[in-house]
Formats: sequence, structure tokens, C-alpha cells
Amino acid sequence: MTTPLQLEVRRPAGEFDVVMTLDVPSALEYVGPAVELIARHAPASLSARRVRFNLRTALAEALANAIAYGNRHDTSRVVRVRVEADWQGVRIHVRDDGAGFDPAAVPDPTLPQNLEREVGRGLFVLRHLVDHVAFNAAGNEICLTLRAG
Amino acid sequence: MSFSLQKDKRGVVVVGVDGQLIVGNRQELKQKVVDALDGGARKFVIDFTKTGYIDSSGLGVLVSLSKKIREQGGDLRLAGLNEDLQTLFELTKLDTLFAITKTPEEALAAF
Repeated sequence: MTTPLQLEVRRPAGEFDVVMTLDVPSALEYVGPAVELIARHAPASLSARRVRFNLRTALAEALANAIAYGNRHDTSRVVRVRVEADWQGVRIHVRDDGAGFDPAAVPDPTLPQNLEREVGRGLFVLRHLVDHVAFNAAGNEICLTLRAG
Repeated sequence: MSFSLQKDKRGVVVVGVDGQLIVGNRQELKQKVVDALDGGARKFVIDFTKTGYIDSSGLGVLVSLSKKIREQGGDLRLAGLNEDLQTLFELTKLDTLFAITKTPEEALAAF
């Protein structure tokens, strides 16, 4: 990891209490440090347990997908993360420069024929760890919502 | 985050996962276990007592290692999953693929 990660934290006088932005280079070695950086600034409205497990795991999945499948490990591109936090919880937007994908086309990793596959669980895991998952129309941005608690 | 590796008197290798097992460090775990397998070890316990989270890449590397170890006539057991990690294995149905015990001691005793 050669590029230091710079988390920008703002407290805008508007809809959210805190807005954080982070650009993550498209290399998988940045996933862990980026997750830790954001988790350390997680809002108090989320329990420590949900930050430790749900937020960290879901964000790691979203970042890894954006780096590997969206930006295809192209280090000249960055994955853009925007975190909006308030008393109701947190919304995390993860955006890549890729062509997007159809989330409905991802096979169910829990089917017997897929169980011993090494890959293909990311989206499934992510959906089970957060309260809501949404994609933009192009399929290159995911929004994860974790409600307070 | 790091991996510790210990071998008991009977040759069972216990690998501790400190922190997280994710896309950024899974190859390190894989290499350590494959090296031990190449060195003749056949019985493995991966201890998650000190693990905060595991992503799908981490799960994938465990599936891959389990296959490799079985192909060599060996056995892999997982231990020390907290409630959240246990749930992760259950929802992905990987609890049906692995022998999972509450503690590493139970895993060692089961060999």
C-alpha cells in the first residue's frame, strides 16, 4: 500500500450529521485499511457489534467487488466511497468506473452445485448483513443502509 | 492482522487468525497452510477466537483449503467462531461443509 488513504469528514448543516468521503485506489490491499478507517469513524447510532461485524464485512464486500469487477484492478482508477450518517443510522455509497452488472443474474451460492465454489458469495453475504441494498440504474454504484441499533 | 501457526505433539497444525480474514490477506493464510501441507502436515485447525470478521473471499479460501487438504487425505476443522461468524457460516450453508467446534481444544480432541 503506497498511497495513503485520506478520509474527508464534514459536518454539513443539512440532511446528515456527518458526511465522509474516501477515494480508494483499485488494489485489493487497500480494502482492509479503508474498512478500518471508515469503521473507526462510524456513527454512535450503530452498536459496536454491528460496526465490528456487519459494517466491516459488508463494506469489505462492496469495495472488493468494485475494485475487482468494476475497476478491474486498474490502479489509475479509484473507488469512491461516500458515507452519510445521522441518528437514524448510516448509508454507504460505493461507486466504481465499471460498466455495471445485473445483480439479479448472480447465482445463488447456497445451492448444492455452488457450495464448493471459491467465489460468488459476496453479494449474497452483503445482502444479509445490512438492512437495505440498492443499486443505481447503471449498476456501478451500490448503497448500503444500516439502521441505528 | 496476522496468522499464527503452531504444531502440537501429534502434528496437528493450529492456525490462529488475528483480526480479519479478507480479500487483502487470504493469500497469506492459504500459503501458510499449503506450505504446512507440502511439509507433510495433514490435520489442521483454524482458530477464529481472535477474529473480528471474515468476508466472502475469506470464506472462499477456506473452501479451497478444505478441498486441497481432503485431496491429500487430510482433515480441516474450524473453531472459535463467535455468534456473528457462526451465523455467516450458517447463512452461506458452509456450516454443512466444515467440521466446526466451539473451541480449538474441542477440535484437537476430535482428531
